[in-house]
Amino acid sequence: MNDIQEIWVYLSASPLLHLTLTLIAFQAGNFIYRKSGLNPICNPVMLAVIAIVAILVATGTSYDSYIDGAQFVHFLLGPATVALAIPLYRQFDKVRKSALAIIVSLICGSLTAAGSAVSIAWLLGAGKLSIISIAPKSVTAPIAMGIVEQFGGLPSLTAVLVILTGVLGAMLGPFVLNLMGIKDWQARGFALGTASHGIGTARALQVNEVAGAFSGLAMGLNALATAILLPILWKLFF
Amino acid sequence: MLNYITLIFSCQLAGELIVQFFGLPLPGPVVGVVLLFAFLVLNRRFGKASQKLDASGIPVELAKVGDALLSNLSLLFVPAGVGIMVHFSLLKNDWLPLSAAILGSTLLTVAVTAGLMVLLSKPNKSEVLSSGKEKPDE
Repeated sequence: MNDIQEIWVYLSASPLLHLTLTLIAFQAGNFIYRKSGLNPICNPVMLAVIAIVAILVATGTSYDSYIDGAQFVHFLLGPATVALAIPLYRQFDKVRKSALAIIVSLICGSLTAAGSAVSIAWLLGAGKLSIISIAPKSVTAPIAMGIVEQFGGLPSLTAVLVILTGVLGAMLGPFVLNLMGIKDWQARGFALGTASHGIGTARALQVNEVAGAFSGLAMGLNALATAILLPILWKLFF
Repeated sequence: MLNYITLIFSCQLAGELIVQFFGLPLPGPVVGVVLLFAFLVLNRRFGKASQKLDASGIPVELAKVGDALLSNLSLLFVPAGVGIMVHFSLLKNDWLPLSAAILGSTLLTVAVTAGLMVLLSKPNKSEVLSSGKEKPDE
């Protein structure tokens, strides 16, 4: 019989271990999320990330060897984004009818996201690098990192801030919406997608298809709006 | 089913190529969304009459593939989320202003965007969260 250490060395060299860990941790997170009645506080992404980080730290595993396995899950993010065309197509009549509301809310939401993040960070004395890196925090990660790179920020810090924004928006956004008494699925989905990109959209899709379609639309449009508006604002202010 | 998986991947690949070629400020998959949407529009108008479409005019098999991907969308963010462990040291310097900015700005953005959507669109009674539900979620 091989001793445990040898088995561990063998397993940790194969992608299977961390791929399976990702699936199990997520399903455990999802189980708690469903048990809670889809309570946004029990966000399954957050629960899974906490569990996995704890396990990796406890076993002294590096992120690089983790991502060797988890990249197979990560890769599907692209095709899943493309598939957002399906709910969008199903709900397109509604999108067309709300075109004006969509455009105005998008531009104001996009400016609020970047403007308020930069102002709060600046008022509380964050360094210049941090202030630049937080500006596109509501935008899906690849775009946000590209924007920040343009201004000389830290793309890897932006990636962290983007994920935190997504999880926080998906967790607390619904409470803000309830507090404001907003019951319209289009508005709820659109707000969640604008503020917290794909993680907000994942949440919206689980709750209602109209909300999911509007959230996916908001995510794509906000990526575009921020990529165009931020460089213009940057030139005006700096 | 395999042909629709191929279609989705092809839309993403074409999206990546278009973004690179024209230097667009967008991720490839977002352009892929536009391409798949265009396919759905064209397919409904010009596609074979014999194909199986669902109620909204989407090929049944494509809807199956897409819904399978989207029903697990949250899972796909987990590996990127775990990446936080590498970057915690970056957050150390400015953690207070950064967390306050994320919290304040994200909630404000949700409020502004949803508030404007409601103000500017006509009320639609059939598409709202039912108030009889014990806990309004999402």
